[in-house]
Amino acid sequence: MTQSLRKPVLQVEALGKAVPAVGGGGPLVILEALSLRIEAGESVAIVGPSGSGKSTLLGLLAGLDLPSQGRVWLDGVELTALDEDARAALRGERLGFVFQSFLLLPALNALENVMLPLELAGRDEARKEAEAVLERVGLGQRLHHLPAQLSGGEQQRVAIARAFVARPALLLADEPTGNLDAHTGAHIIDLLFELNRERGTTLVLVTHDDHLAGRCQRILHLREGRLQGDGAAP
Amino acid sequence: MKGLSLALRLLRRDLRSGELRVLLAALLVAVTCVTAVAFFTDRVQQALTRQAGELLAADLRLLADHPIPAAWRERAAALGLRTAELRGFRSMVMGPAGARLAEIKAAGTGYPLRGTLRIAAAPFAASRAVAGPPPRGTVWVEAPLLSALGVAVGDAVTVGEARLRIGAVLRHEPDRGGGLFSIAPRLLMNLADLPATGLVQTGSRVQYALLLGGPAAAVTELRRTLAPSLGPGERIEGAADARPEVRAALTRARQFLGLAAVVGVVLACVAIAMAARRFARRHLDTCAVLRCLGARQGQIAGLFVWQLLVLGLAGGLLGGLLGLLAQALLAKILGGLLLVALPAPSAWPLAAGLAVSLGGLFGFALPPVLALRAVPTLRVLRRELGGLRPASAGTYLAGLLGLAALVLWQAGGWRLGLTLLAGIALAGLLLWLAAGGLVRLLRHLPRQGQAAWRFGLANLVRRPGAATAQVMAFGLGLMVLLLLSVVRGDLLTAWAGRLPPDAPNRFVVAIQPDQLEAVRAFFHETGLPPATFHPMVRARLQAIAGRAVDPEAYSDERARRLATRAFNLSWASRLQADNTVVAGRWWTTDAAGQVNEPRQFSVEEGIARSLGIELGDRLRFDVAGETQEAPVTSLRKVQWDSLRANFFVLAPPALLRGLPASYITSFHLPAGEGARLNALLKRFPNLTVIDISEVMAQVRAIIERVALAVQYVFLFTLAAGLTVLYAAIQASLDERLRENAILRALGARRRHLLLGLAAEFVTLGGLAGLLAAALAALLGYLLASQVLELAYTGSPWLWLLGPLLGGLGVGIAGLLGTWRVIGSPPLRVLRAG
Repeated sequence: MTQSLRKPVLQVEALGKAVPAVGGGGPLVILEALSLRIEAGESVAIVGPSGSGKSTLLGLLAGLDLPSQGRVWLDGVELTALDEDARAALRGERLGFVFQSFLLLPALNALENVMLPLELAGRDEARKEAEAVLERVGLGQRLHHLPAQLSGGEQQRVAIARAFVARPALLLADEPTGNLDAHTGAHIIDLLFELNRERGTTLVLVTHDDHLAGRCQRILHLREGRLQGDGAAP
Repeated sequence: MKGLSLALRLLRRDLRSGELRVLLAALLVAVTCVTAVAFFTDRVQQALTRQAGELLAADLRLLADHPIPAAWRERAAALGLRTAELRGFRSMVMGPAGARLAEIKAAGTGYPLRGTLRIAAAPFAASRAVAGPPPRGTVWVEAPLLSALGVAVGDAVTVGEARLRIGAVLRHEPDRGGGLFSIAPRLLMNLADLPATGLVQTGSRVQYALLLGGPAAAVTELRRTLAPSLGPGERIEGAADARPEVRAALTRARQFLGLAAVVGVVLACVAIAMAARRFARRHLDTCAVLRCLGARQGQIAGLFVWQLLVLGLAGGLLGGLLGLLAQALLAKILGGLLLVALPAPSAWPLAAGLAVSLGGLFGFALPPVLALRAVPTLRVLRRELGGLRPASAGTYLAGLLGLAALVLWQAGGWRLGLTLLAGIALAGLLLWLAAGGLVRLLRHLPRQGQAAWRFGLANLVRRPGAATAQVMAFGLGLMVLLLLSVVRGDLLTAWAGRLPPDAPNRFVVAIQPDQLEAVRAFFHETGLPPATFHPMVRARLQAIAGRAVDPEAYSDERARRLATRAFNLSWASRLQADNTVVAGRWWTTDAAGQVNEPRQFSVEEGIARSLGIELGDRLRFDVAGETQEAPVTSLRKVQWDSLRANFFVLAPPALLRGLPASYITSFHLPAGEGARLNALLKRFPNLTVIDISEVMAQVRAIIERVALAVQYVFLFTLAAGLTVLYAAIQASLDERLRENAILRALGARRRHLLLGLAAEFVTLGGLAGLLAAALAALLGYLLASQVLELAYTGSPWLWLLGPLLGGLGVGIAGLLGTWRVIGSPPLRVLRAG
């Protein structure tokens, strides 16, 4: 296999997360001793029932939260050793996000939403790049529409454009089709995988959708905070 | 700068999408209210100052004991000021019945520049206003002069070498102030007749005056340029240097108007804090997404600081302009009522508006908005994370300190300011405790009756924190409104009541010691009201605490004037009712009523402050060539608007008795009984009777005008309070929208929802009103007894009005504010979530 020779974009070592139980007593373990390695260009689906810790894992992989144990490396940088602002900067540089509820800024139009990651990073060519990506996702005619004026599918396309515009090494998607009908969802998935291929991005997505998971090169099953079946570290 | 452009873009979108509407509205209301009050207050104060200017018959009066220097006249002309000249001196006037000392005033064209002269055809006939001095060859005299000289209107009198015809009885002279207690009856003549009298020659004691009137800026400019170059015997008098009782009225007016303005600011800041919390709550997701996209905490903070700065500047300027419009409209409505033309507003309220806008935003909007930068990024995945923490007083510490400073500044005095501050803080604490208690009590109310009612109550009980906060906010607003109605009603009545209808309206002066018993007996025999006779000794202040008094050493003009003029000392064993000792002790007496230590002085606190006299200082007076020296053992506060005879410096009887003195008395003579004084004057021709009912009417008019101004300023504050209530309702709107959409989806009818909301808001308002009534009564009592020194007459209306006003006001405003809740299609609300 050539995979193991590639540089890992994401590496997780003995990751664990526990939170204080609501009713007192011992801590509630959400993730336990989780290790995995994701290579550049791979597409990986994380599946599992509700409460299995999928969202928690995604949050930890993105550095949105800190683990109770273990370490995470993103593109060679140890995420878990950085402070919040440094993690934010790293996110801005190397991570793209697509959410179930789109999470576009309601106050900004499509173009402005897409420009945002570039502007936050202080890049100059924000407008041109944002326009190009929106054109790519088929919204060239709707640059100046506000999120509220766009359909769900269009909003998610804006979100995908925003996720790709900064050319991230890793794209994380949280139930990207969860709020869309089947037809629109299929289009979105096509778009996501096309862009992923074109730009050589690594894709990690969390989903309930078996069809969507099936399109990924690898599927990780999460159950009660542990990875099952398919090898955690290829 | 990238941050700024992004901030501006977000701000613009937020503004356009209505996200910022509530915050901006609160800000605009705040600034508009503050600036409108400030503009209007400024204009009213300017107008009142002019009104006070009537007591000078001018805006500014230049006085000299020698002819007015030509340079003054030129300077005044260059500034475009109107002028009129006066000469004043004392001289005997001769008539068939003999000679009488009169205060002669020769007035040139233009006199009076402010106020009006009133004359009458006979001593007790109706008076009419006239413009300008008497025509050449005629004089107008005060009634006592007629009886003293045995003449009537139309007869001629001799003034010096001139024969002048009496054209009318002089009834009112705007500038008949100054030496109120030492004057002979007035004879007013035309300045052009003066040379013919031959009375003005070397050695005669003539006071020369140049009256000036015109725009405030020019008057101020003239005063500023002339003041440093005044020579000996020359002085400038402005409205503020005029009579102490008028100054007392003006000071009180400023306190009232300032109070109204402060309340507006406090209410506005409550609204800003509420609106900002809503803004922050609605930007939690935005910030989480920004963090997720790589924004650092500093970037997010910068984003919102820029937004607030831009918003504050825009709000300040826009609000200032709105304030200008609002006050223009107000001035238009009030113009006719105020009877005086309001001068153009000055520009400083715009700056004040900007300061309030930025201060309010940074003090009360910044804390919740800054808390946004710490929103957990994980919120993008788990929406329940990172809600806004409830605000504590500490969050708004900077804002509260700013408000405190504003209260102190506006109150214009530590005592009133600190009392107000204490009142506001105490009200806040009590409101919080009481509001929480009442909301908790609701839980134990039996849940019976209409379902809508139950639903409304349940809504309050279910959100105890929000309900407590709202009862507190409404309570604070209502409390302030009620307090102002207490201030406006009870306190104002009590204040105006200080001038009872039987306040003295006649002064009799120049009663010689050997006449005292006869005059007293005459009063008794003829049924004139019993009167107190105060001795009066002319004295010149020579030294304070061993330092010779040098008028030039005082930078303060009032002090300089006080240091040059002769004092009227008086003696008394007991303290007059309208005097209070504020420092030191009033003299003690022995069993026989004799003062134990005869060598001491009691000084009025205002003059003590002006002249730099402190408790314990030894004062040295020259009294008719004799030196009297004694320490100051007490400082007195004098209630000048009692209109009784009062003295700056008092001594125990033993210190001054035996020195050349005359006596003065004051009493109330009912209207229409003026003729009874003719007998007094016939019997004691050397006495001077001063009719001050006209002066009193003038003071009363000023007080009434101030009361009117306070009422109208209060209307503005009322509007601000109502807007705060609306902001509070808006703060809970998001939650309500969602809740009612769910209820509608479950089949609740509109009527049901409406009744539920009505029940909730009426209960909320009723509770707040109850609290507000209690606190307003308490605070009103504190203000009245501790600061304004008035007897408090609390009204039972408070207890009815508070809950009624609260229930109705909050009920109606609540329904209006939540109309969208009832009106929104449930689906849209649910889908938006």
